[in-house]
Amino acid sequence: MATSKRTTMAVDAAKATTQKLYKSGVDIKGELFRAVLLLSIIVAVGMLGSLIAYVIWRGWDRLDWNLFVNNPSSIFLDTAGFAPAIVGTIYVMLGVLVTVVPIGVSAAIYLEEYADRTRWYNRLVEVNIQNLAAVPSIVFGILGLAFVVRGWLNLGFVAFAGSLTLAMMVLPTVIIASREAIRAVPPLIRQASYGLGATRWQTIRHNVLPAATPGIITGTILAMSRAIGETAPLLLVGATTFVLFTPESPFEGAYSAIPVQIFQWAARPQDEFRILAAAGAIVLLVLLLAMNSVAIWIRARLTKDT
Amino acid sequence: MTTVESDNAIAASLHRTEARWGERVIAAWMFLAALVAVVITAGIVLALIGPTIQFFQEVSVTRFFSTEPWAPNFKPDGFGVLRLVTGTLAIVLYSCVIALPAGLAAALYMNEYASTRARKILKPVLEVLEGVPTVVYGLFAVFFVGPLLQRFWPESIPGKFGETPGFQFVLAAGLVLGIMIIPTVASVAQDAMAAIPRGLREAAYGLGSTRMQVATKVVVPSALSGIMAGFVLGLSRAVGETMVVLMAAGAVASLSLWPNDPVLTMTAYIGRTSTGDISTGSTAYFTVFAVGALLFVITLIINLISIRLVNKFREAYE
Repeated sequence: MATSKRTTMAVDAAKATTQKLYKSGVDIKGELFRAVLLLSIIVAVGMLGSLIAYVIWRGWDRLDWNLFVNNPSSIFLDTAGFAPAIVGTIYVMLGVLVTVVPIGVSAAIYLEEYADRTRWYNRLVEVNIQNLAAVPSIVFGILGLAFVVRGWLNLGFVAFAGSLTLAMMVLPTVIIASREAIRAVPPLIRQASYGLGATRWQTIRHNVLPAATPGIITGTILAMSRAIGETAPLLLVGATTFVLFTPESPFEGAYSAIPVQIFQWAARPQDEFRILAAAGAIVLLVLLLAMNSVAIWIRARLTKDT
Repeated sequence: MTTVESDNAIAASLHRTEARWGERVIAAWMFLAALVAVVITAGIVLALIGPTIQFFQEVSVTRFFSTEPWAPNFKPDGFGVLRLVTGTLAIVLYSCVIALPAGLAAALYMNEYASTRARKILKPVLEVLEGVPTVVYGLFAVFFVGPLLQRFWPESIPGKFGETPGFQFVLAAGLVLGIMIIPTVASVAQDAMAAIPRGLREAAYGLGSTRMQVATKVVVPSALSGIMAGFVLGLSRAVGETMVVLMAAGAVASLSLWPNDPVLTMTAYIGRTSTGDISTGSTAYFTVFAVGALLFVITLIINLISIRLVNKFREAYE
């Protein structure tokens, strides 16, 4: 089957070529095609450029120390800040980190090292992970509202409820990235370990995991950077009220987060709030760029070594 | 692979015969961690199904799937969800018209034309683009792209199309969303293109094909299922995106596909309603879950198609 498909393809290409061979000169059509392809990349990258330029142009004036240490205010617009949202984001992200990493990495180890792929329940897990990765983020908000804020866990509208909601959302990302890292560890390393009499867990603990760690860290950072900028699910699990004070802990008190604060400022009609929103967006973008750069740097070092 | 498996079998036979309970506990914990994904899916279904049934006890199915005015919070009320579906459709239409061809083109350029050095720069840039928070795209759409489009709207065109749009409208959100999805489509499509065996490409070059012929006659047909998977994933992101649409597409549940009309999508309705005051147990509260259930079912169907396609292209060359 595969050979016949390849053959027909090659014959088609050859036919088209022999027809072309009689013409000479510059391949105008080919160059045009290349230009169109390049244009679409330029549009995407140009959008990133203009987005960054716009946000910096709008928000630069309010990118001062007040932004980081002051509470939001509807009266003192020139000195208002979003300190509670920064603290809220730190709480939320810490919660995501401590829940998603152990579960995500364990699930990845199970799927790569233990699971028998012919079993139906392992296939079910795999399809579930693939599907969850593409469920709209706002649906996770509904899930968080039904079972984390109310329902079984009944945590109320606190930062940790936001953490659990976002953790469920980015879990597939962590699992998929960790699986790839584990799969990239050469089988020879495992066999050498078994050959020396190590058990399966000893092999994983002392040989597979250390080799896969950089890949797992990269995947985790990328998942965290997705969670840190996510707004929609947090709207449903409580980060909506105009929080004037820093929440006492991840488990009590109303909270906000940086992207939610940006959204609320943007929704207000006064121009000062829009400038504040742009300033908040700069902070968020710098944070994300830093996280992504670290992840890309780790990956680049990793590929250089092997 | 067979040698690895037989080696593993030998290794397994060398394991000690008495039970190591710690090992079993660890293996059980890992299996439970993997089950969490299934539990989350079950949780989503459970969270949606109860309130949705309650919703349909108060509002008939025929009223829900109709084009009557969308006003769950008002008297007289209206629950014509097809208006929200139309809103989502309009957003998907304008964003995918941009994202699908541009994503394919970007993937082709990166895989077939770009030098290794250029690819090393382009890939991280596209990844950063993929990582920009949607709320920032929303900000950009509503305060920059929207006003810009308004100023240069082609008013010379007669009829509905020539009317200058209001503060928020479909095209502003659809355009930004479309460019936002380009990297997603491009990266899946490029993965599929990179998986094509070199020999296929080299055979075509050897027969004297130009780059364009290789790209259009060998690379695209061979990577077709992967490209389709990228398209479907892009579509799924357009359907499920909330913030850009919530901020820039307006909030009128109009039954319109015109680029200059405001629309309300399914996601924007959920986001908007949960931000405002809403009393638990009211019909309007259950509406959020009913719309969420519809959204989940739609994206589930799209995702399952995408998963099938991805598995197909993996099988083809691995």
